Amino acid sequence: MNKPARGSLLGIEHLEEKEILGLLRLARRMNPLKARPLLRNKRIALLFYEASTRTRSSFEVAAKSMGAITVLVLSSGSSIEKGESLLDTGYTLRAVGADAIVIRHPSAGAPLMMAKHLDIPVINAGDGMHEHPSQALLDAFTILKHKKSFKGLRVAIIGDIYHSRVARSACHLLSKVGVKVTLCGPPELIPEFATTLAPGLRITRHIEEALRGADVIMLLRVQQERLAGKKIHLQDYMARYQMTMARLKLAKRDAIVMHPGPIIRGLELTSEVVDGPQSVIVDEVHNGVPTRMAILARALGKAS
Amino acid sequence: MTNAKSKPGSMLIKGGHVIDPAAKIDGLMDVLLRDGLVAEIALPNKIRGGADEKFDARGLIVAPGFIDLHVHLREPGQSYKETIATGTAAAAAGGFTSVCTMPNTAPVVDNAELVAWLRNPERGAVVNVFPIAAATLSSRGTALTDFAALQRAGAVAVTDDGKPILEDEIMRAALRLGAQLNLPVVQHAEDTRLTENAPMNEGPTSFRLGLRGMSTAAEAGIVDRDVTLAQQIRESRLHVAHLSTSDALKAVRRGKRAKARVTCEVTPHHFTLLDEDVGEYDTNFKMNPPLRSATDREAILVALADGTVDAIATDHAPHATHEKEVEFERAAFGITGLETALALAITKLHREHKIPLTRIVELFTAGPARVFDLRGRGALARGNHADVTIFDPKKRWTFEAAKSRSLSHNTPFDGWQFTGKVAATIVGGNFVYCAE
Repeated sequence: MNKPARGSLLGIEHLEEKEILGLLRLARRMNPLKARPLLRNKRIALLFYEASTRTRSSFEVAAKSMGAITVLVLSSGSSIEKGESLLDTGYTLRAVGADAIVIRHPSAGAPLMMAKHLDIPVINAGDGMHEHPSQALLDAFTILKHKKSFKGLRVAIIGDIYHSRVARSACHLLSKVGVKVTLCGPPELIPEFATTLAPGLRITRHIEEALRGADVIMLLRVQQERLAGKKIHLQDYMARYQMTMARLKLAKRDAIVMHPGPIIRGLELTSEVVDGPQSVIVDEVHNGVPTRMAILARALGKAS
Repeated sequence: MTNAKSKPGSMLIKGGHVIDPAAKIDGLMDVLLRDGLVAEIALPNKIRGGADEKFDARGLIVAPGFIDLHVHLREPGQSYKETIATGTAAAAAGGFTSVCTMPNTAPVVDNAELVAWLRNPERGAVVNVFPIAAATLSSRGTALTDFAALQRAGAVAVTDDGKPILEDEIMRAALRLGAQLNLPVVQHAEDTRLTENAPMNEGPTSFRLGLRGMSTAAEAGIVDRDVTLAQQIRESRLHVAHLSTSDALKAVRRGKRAKARVTCEVTPHHFTLLDEDVGEYDTNFKMNPPLRSATDREAILVALADGTVDAIATDHAPHATHEKEVEFERAAFGITGLETALALAITKLHREHKIPLTRIVELFTAGPARVFDLRGRGALARGNHADVTIFDPKKRWTFEAAKSRSLSHNTPFDGWQFTGKVAATIVGGNFVYCAE
């Protein structure tokens, strides 16, 4: 056991504000179409134990645009299927010559455990319900593109906070940069103790209250596959929390609507909102590439 | 009823401070052991005649041998984690002269032959081993085992530890049959329908870590039901294992007030640690029941002091490194505990929370002896078994997991500084542990 290698990104919780702002500055300078070969001859293993479209493809594009060689390892079709442990898989990738590992895993804390046993940077691409730091950074990047500064911003995060690693990372990040965050949803999806996650969080059960004066609205999917015993009546949920054009009017006129995806049209938000002028959902995906370029450049020590 | 041999001859323990809560002794006394039994207890220098051996106990506490109601020694079937020989060696080093073993081995101890196998001297036990047998066949929770045969073979209680008995009818039948035989039914109280995939206590820490939480209601609900059943079934005996929540204590108090035969035990880790100590997914802080909130720990400390809790039990649960060095959600539940129990009790309960040593000794001796009716143990009365625990309540030391006598080293207390250390452990008149 050792400390995670420098350049690891395991979560937002233990980052300092200046590290976050540094990564965002670096991301702004990244252009995948005119990238310098900062990662030439570097080997990056993409170890995915869970399905992913956005995160996996954008990490891969980010790595390759800077000249890295990527190796994709999926849990199916690898020795993981034969019962190889997480640590042994990590040792194997290290022995193959990986300079960094990007890992997505269904168990919270899995990237940290791997980082404690390896001497190369480990980047968390989503671990269970814990954190998804690259998503929080690309969302912050997106907010800054549209709002110029975090100062005085009000963000409403609406939906399934309990099961969401995106929400946890976002709460940590927004709290650290001084944004006021309101969590909104039913008690089954936002327990009262959710406010202990970071300073400056509050909870409301009423979407109108969450939206009033909001600059940014972040919506989350109800993760029905993870509900495990908690009962949510979807009709009821939609009646109370679905983002509609009518509700959107309660927010500031220039409020932006964000969603980490995958979106379920007609459930947590209507198609009109998805495709409406205030939606930046596609832009978020687009911003994933420069953000992840910055994360990888920082990981492999070529960030200048 | 012991599988450790008693020794012919005599030993005089001189100059020690005897604490024997059952006899209300708390003062300087000499103790003479002869032929495996307690022969005499008297004021200093009043015991006449010689002894084959003398032990100078000046400055030390001399107590009845400690009894642990809840250990996992992993045999048969999981000897890579622990064996009866290594587990009882750890027990001896921790001051325990008797341990009660849980039946969730491979196979499950659900028949008389296995109970006898556990008690066979060939297992190499250095302290007394009292098997607890399974309450249902293979601990599947459907058909009761043959309690009478298990009891005849030497089982002191029945339980499906780790797999609670959820069905009301099965629990009722177990308590009824136990009542006929005067046999306690031990329940691991957890409504597993509410704790699926949950590796720790529900609260701010589980939320922060993105882990599902076990609610306190999952424990309290089962204890509440069991106490109600125990009140309804005359002469039935219910023992609540490793109780961890404030609400479960309320149910136990209700049963005790109603004069039901309800007892409970608490572990050292639950009176010492909190759920937040899990930190960043440290699997040595993962056990079941999980570490709880400060409110629950406070309630447990009160109940330890006021007499509601009957015994301190370790729930010693050894696991191999490869079962702990995995994802937190996949890691095995449980920690070792035999060698740190007394030190934690003295350091935390006595020095920090001012619980008197006499009460602490009671929780390790007379209390547990009563819970399972271990005759001739838990007190230093003349004619009792010569099981004695001698400890230095002021000795400062550092626990090193690597030096543990247990085969496994999954403890959260590695490197902890303690006050209070075992000086010697005597089983049936034999030294089974002596501090260097």
